Parts: sequence; structure tokens; C-alpha cells
Amino acid sequence: MKAYIKAINYALPEGVLTNEEVAAMFPEWTVEKIEKKLGIKQRHITAENETASDLAIQAAEELFETTGIDKEEIDYLIFVTQSPDYHLPTTACVIQKRMGLSHNLTSIDVNLGCNGFVVGLSLAKAVIMAGQAKNVLLLTGETYSKYMHERDKSNRTIFGDGASATVVSTEGMAEIGDFVVGTDGEGAENLIVKTGGARHLKPANDLEFDDFGNPRSSDNLYMDGPAILNYSLEFLTKLVNDVLAKNNLTMDDIDLHVYHQANIFLANLERKTLRIPPEKYWVCIENTGNTVSSTIPIALCEALRQGKLTKGMKVLSIAQGLGYTWGGMVLYF
Amino acid sequence: MTLEEFVTAFADEFDETPAESFAPATVYKDLDEWGSLTALSIIALAMEGFGKKITGADLRSVDTIEDLYNLIQTK
Repeated sequence: MKAYIKAINYALPEGVLTNEEVAAMFPEWTVEKIEKKLGIKQRHITAENETASDLAIQAAEELFETTGIDKEEIDYLIFVTQSPDYHLPTTACVIQKRMGLSHNLTSIDVNLGCNGFVVGLSLAKAVIMAGQAKNVLLLTGETYSKYMHERDKSNRTIFGDGASATVVSTEGMAEIGDFVVGTDGEGAENLIVKTGGARHLKPANDLEFDDFGNPRSSDNLYMDGPAILNYSLEFLTKLVNDVLAKNNLTMDDIDLHVYHQANIFLANLERKTLRIPPEKYWVCIENTGNTVSSTIPIALCEALRQGKLTKGMKVLSIAQGLGYTWGGMVLYF
Repeated sequence: MTLEEFVTAFADEFDETPAESFAPATVYKDLDEWGSLTALSIIALAMEGFGKKITGADLRSVDTIEDLYNLIQTK
């Protein structure tokens, strides 16, 4: 038995934060500098009462409408998010009810960041291969904007909110190849919202500002940029080689590289490190920013819509995420 | 990479600061353009140019480009 991506779609909130608005908030930035350095023109931001599950449901409903896939046939639901509606219950259960999905459904939330789509797809494939389900609905949705301090220039410039919906089935448009996935919890504190969970339930109220004037607080999203950069570059080549070896492929076999993209700065470093020609490296963050677990599905959707990704192509996808946890896979379109 | 080459590569990571502003004794943290993004560029330079990993704390611990060059050698 094989597992396939049958359909894929994404959704973004209506609200937009433009570079003009970012530059107005942080005068040391200019519109041109943000675009040149980060490759981002705007990012979509949810309204106060709008959540990751709202966006994921929108992406899924549109997918069912446009493809004609019967949502009654969905028998497994995975929602990848770090912005759940509640501590409990599982947001996937709430989504089942709101979408009117079958009651004969396993529903789970998966708490992962930037590699959430890769790991989510590996789970979906495992479920199909084990015969536990025939049609998995894999949703990703993230709203890091809700965790950010309003003066957090770095994170507010880089991250955008967004969601995706993918149906994984026994047939479809792209066969899901083999995965390599890894974990190193040593990096846990380098990208973190420290309070609000059971370990530190109450706000710490410990706001301070770093050398560059960026706020740092246990109550908001914190990213150690240098540590994350080193992590991203240090093991990239090994991860790519491991994924290629697992799939019995070489770099030359890959037609398109669709990686998690934090920003153009990091994307260019990765592309140069791996010596990938620009025409084979798909960049898709200009209008969305870093949407965490949705960057790869959004990039795949846009590559398909814009004719960059066509039948017969082999796609390599790599994602390194907080935790740390990372993963890579090959998709055969 | 020699110190001279490192100073040139360091300067290349800056868009607005003229190249002549960079010398081994330049205190990089005093440059107007020094910020979180240029810091990341220098960290990437250490990784690409020397295969060495430097941290945000390393960048804070020294003052001049030459100090940083020497620090990278010890990694």
C-alpha cells in the first residue's frame, strides 16, 4: 500500500501587517530594508477573536468545496498547532463538530512548530499504511502573533499567521516517500513561550530589553536568533543527505526544493550551503512571512497554482523546527 | 581566512556603512547599522568562512573585529 497527498489548500486571515506599518512602528527599519533582508512584503495577522482552528477550518472547507472530496469520508483528523483553542479539550475535537465531520473519526492535536507539516504527513502516511484510516485530514494552523510582545521587532517582522489543509489518502496527486525525523530537546529554550503551561502556569512579568532593544519576556514568544541560525545551518547538509539516501536518490534527482522558509536571509544561506540553483529552490514567503507549520503546504500550493510544480516532479522538503525537532521527506508528483 | 579577508567579509555584510569604516580595531557594536540582523549575518559568516559556531553571547563578549576574529579561532 502507498500513501498520497490527494489535495492541498491554505487559508490566511484577512488582516495584513505591511512593511509600511512595521517601519512606522520601528523607525530603524525601512520598507526597502525589510523586503531586501527578509524577502517579506506583508504578513497576515488574525483578529483578536480569530484562531488557528478558524483558519484551518476555512482551508479545509474550501478544499472540500473545490475538489468535491466528500468530507464524510474523512476518518482521521490531525491538527498541527501550538495555538490551540484551549488547554483542553483537543482542538481537533472542536473542529470535528464545527465542520460536521464523521463521528467515526480519530482526532488528535500535534504540538509542533516549523516541522509540523513534515511530521504530520509522516503520521498521516503511517495511519494509511497501517490500514487504520483511508482518508486523513491533516490541518496545520498557527497564530504566533498572539504570543508576541507588541515591541518585538524581530518576530513581528518575520512571522505571519496562516493555516493549511491536506487530504492524505490511498490515491492522489503526490506519492509520499520516506521520511527522516529527529529530535534534540537541548534546544527547547531557544524558541519558547515559557509561561502559561503547567510548568509555569502564571505570568512571570519579567519583561526586559536586549542589546538591540528587543523585548524579552517569559510571557511572550522568545527566539534566540543566533542559536536558531546555528542549528539551522549546522546539520542541514546531513539532514538533506540522509533524506536523499533514505529515498535512494541523489541531489540531481530532485526537481524542486520546497523547504520550510523562515525568511529569505536564511533561505539563501541554506540554498548556498547546499549548492542548489535558484530555479530549483522555491521561495514563497513574500505575502505571508513565516507561517510556521504552514510554510511548506502554502509553498506547495503556490508552486502548483503557478505551474512551477508539475506532474512527474520529485520534491524534497526539509524543515527544522523548535524543540528542536526536524524532518525531511520526498514527494513524488 | 586572514584577518584582512575577515574585515572585508565583515564589511560586505553591511549595506549602508561605507567599507572604509571597517578596520581590525573597529568597535562593531558602535556602528549605526549593527543590529540583530547584521549580528546574524556575522554568525553565518563564522559558520561559512570558518565552519565555527559563535553565539549571541560571543558577539557581546568582545568589542573589535580583530577580537572577534581571534575568538572565532579559539572555537
